Amino acid sequence: MTRKRRRLYFVGLGLLGLFAATALILTAVEDNIVFFFSPSDLKARTVTADQRLRVGGLVEDGSVAKTGETVRFVVTDNAEKLTVQYTGILPDLFREGQGIVAEGRMGADGIFMASDVLAKHDENYMPPEVAEALKKTGHWQEDAQKAAPKTAQDTTTPPSSN
Amino acid sequence: MENLSDYFAMGGYARFVWPAYALGAAGLVAVLWLSVKSWKAREDEFAKLKTARDEGAN
Amino acid sequence: MHKFANPTFFMKIANAVFPWAAGLSVLCFIVGLPIALVTSPPDYQQGETVRIMYVHVPAAWMGSMVYAVMAASSAVYLIWRHTVAHIIARASAPIGAMFTGLCLVTGMLWGEPMWGTWWVWDARLTSMLILFFLYLGYIALGDAFEDQERGDRAAALLALVGSVNLPIVHFSVEWWNTLHQSSILSMQGFSISTEMVVPLLLMVGAFQFYYVAVLVIRLRAELLAAKIRTARFNLAATG
Repeated sequence: MTRKRRRLYFVGLGLLGLFAATALILTAVEDNIVFFFSPSDLKARTVTADQRLRVGGLVEDGSVAKTGETVRFVVTDNAEKLTVQYTGILPDLFREGQGIVAEGRMGADGIFMASDVLAKHDENYMPPEVAEALKKTGHWQEDAQKAAPKTAQDTTTPPSSN
Repeated sequence: MENLSDYFAMGGYARFVWPAYALGAAGLVAVLWLSVKSWKAREDEFAKLKTARDEGAN
Repeated sequence: MHKFANPTFFMKIANAVFPWAAGLSVLCFIVGLPIALVTSPPDYQQGETVRIMYVHVPAAWMGSMVYAVMAASSAVYLIWRHTVAHIIARASAPIGAMFTGLCLVTGMLWGEPMWGTWWVWDARLTSMLILFFLYLGYIALGDAFEDQERGDRAAALLALVGSVNLPIVHFSVEWWNTLHQSSILSMQGFSISTEMVVPLLLMVGAFQFYYVAVLVIRLRAELLAAKIRTARFNLAATG
């Protein structure tokens, strides 16, 4: 075996080991890597009131209720729902049917008390006219489902490709 | 004229859109300029070394 | 491949490519910028901030692509000891670092008005920041050694080890919940309107050709540096 060949195998095996080790580590610490939990994720785990965490999903249509500075809305992943309460300024993109991520604590009454609300944008960009046309022809729901958190897609029917 | 100032306002997002393009231009130009500069500087240096070598040979 | 290991032959090709790359880059900018900044439509949600995407996405793709070039060249250098391969990696690093930095900054400029925050530590943003630090580490390491060849090998090894970050950058938005949206380009094609794909691709082209053109300039500088070292050594030996 020539030195070049030996170095080739060494580099190849080294990289293979490195990638495998990284994959194992990332799988092990997955809970720390996910930026937010979906309402379904939260239901599946026990959450204490002193635990700061993030919950993400779509703002349910017609669920936003404002009383003064305080706003309440329902976050859904098309499977489970969670009511969120927040006081403060909402980001420009916050609206019904849009994805959001709220950071805060779980209240004793099952209402999530958020101290921060971030808007999440999906990967579908289009001019306003196209969005209007899509809403009219009824293709809108497919996009809304795509924007839902990943874990939700296991429990709902996958969006048909268009 | 009003249309133009409307355009530059970028729907109220001027302070985000224009810096993005300005920084893009700045980054591209800076790397290009530094690259050309070091290439030219080394070309000069190599030319000097060449003459020094030729003079040494004579 | 080994034919290209000859620096003279390699630079002959590189120099022939240069005017084309430079010309096409300028052309893509001239055609693409007015579309990106003026004629393309605003987004139904983001409004005019969608225009930031025409800088941000090409910069992000270039940041990853240049690193892939760097890692592959470093592997060739470590295995076959072709100096040309190492010089390609070395010359690429500052360009890739600039693209990655640009991606991060333009991302912040979009995040503040749209998400409501300049920065979050989600998987995509964090892995992109790590990519930026890998570039900086590579640049620093290349010059940190007294012995040129040891520095070269250490830098090449870092580039190779850091390549583990590339799939993480790419798949982070699919593997984990992130604030960052999924990729606009998937197996099903683009998820954005055609009017937006056109300026995006033109800017991608402009950045690609810019990289090739500036890379050739940097390769010339790197090869001259090697020639200067040899000339100095010879001069000291004879003088």
